[in-house]
Amino acid sequence: MIRWLLWIVGGLMLGGLVHLTTILALPRTASRDAYARLAALVPVHGFALLPAPTPEASSVPFMDPAFAVAACRYDLAKGPIKLTVPVSQAYTSVTFYTRYDVAYYAINDRAAGRRSIELDLMTTKQRDDLPDDEEVTAADRLIVESPSLTGLIVARAFAPEPSLLPAATAALRAAQCKPQ
Amino acid sequence: MRLLIGLILSLVIAAGIGLGSTWYALTQNLSFGALELGAWKGYPRNGTVGIDPYARATIARNGELPVGSGDGVAFSTAVDDDGRALDGRCDVVVRGTTPPARYFTITLYTPSGRLVANSLDRYGFTSQELVREASGEFEITVSPRVRPSNWLPTGGIDSYVLMLRFYDTSLGITTRAGREAPMPAIRLTRNCQ
Repeated sequence: MIRWLLWIVGGLMLGGLVHLTTILALPRTASRDAYARLAALVPVHGFALLPAPTPEASSVPFMDPAFAVAACRYDLAKGPIKLTVPVSQAYTSVTFYTRYDVAYYAINDRAAGRRSIELDLMTTKQRDDLPDDEEVTAADRLIVESPSLTGLIVARAFAPEPSLLPAATAALRAAQCKPQ
Repeated sequence: MRLLIGLILSLVIAAGIGLGSTWYALTQNLSFGALELGAWKGYPRNGTVGIDPYARATIARNGELPVGSGDGVAFSTAVDDDGRALDGRCDVVVRGTTPPARYFTITLYTPSGRLVANSLDRYGFTSQELVREASGEFEITVSPRVRPSNWLPTGGIDSYVLMLRFYDTSLGITTRAGREAPMPAIRLTRNCQ
């Protein structure tokens, strides 16, 4: 009797381990995560506009239809990325995701100011390797550190009403993300 | 022989409990640190590196891109203030005011995150589009049939999710429920198709 109980308790503990392992491993094994869904639409080091969501199709689920959205995949292996996103009339934001869809940094036009959101994206190591004097001249440039070598940059421009969507889309057409 | 049966029993329990609980956690959107304001639930931490493993797994599986915390906060609900499931065949009244934000949008989705087809191509409202009362409050009627003023058509689907997103807002991880964050009330009426 005790022996069976021990087997059952052992099974339950092992079950807990299986549960934790699968939860933690899932982000790295999911084949239909946002990055994978967008990989076919979005180039590396270039912005592509995502098609506006419709009842039939949506690039990723729960897209806000009041926004024009453009995305860029990045790869910092060969060096930092320079990002420029023109600010549209109403509201513009840029969100940075790691390869496994963690939103590690987001900025909007108020925080960025000026007429466009401009910043440099690099790894912590690349930032450390910046020559000191260059760091001084680049002091007014915003530097964002990416926790991963690859990832996704998503720019969103708000259209307060549907008639303003073409203008928001046009603003994103000029967005750039490319190696320095 | 006893040993083998015991081992098999153990492994079957482990697989059943382990995979079953993972499946349950993911389908029930189990996630920690929810900011609950009335029926609305938001997860401001999901837009940061502090996102919990359950939310990460759910997001990876759904293919969503969470709203970054420097951008805004998303709230959603599939039930009204009394916990009744939102039904697209009935009138649902969303009424009240919202916490301060530069803009907000309210959008209607199917449970899987698609927009809901309707003849007007009206999938939601932005804060600019809403018709407000003199007091500043607004009232949105989510209904399968044409309604005056702010009508959000459901197309008659049986269940849906309402999502309220605030952009450029002070709402966030430190927000506590109450006066600093007044959310619109949601009421499912008996007025059904």
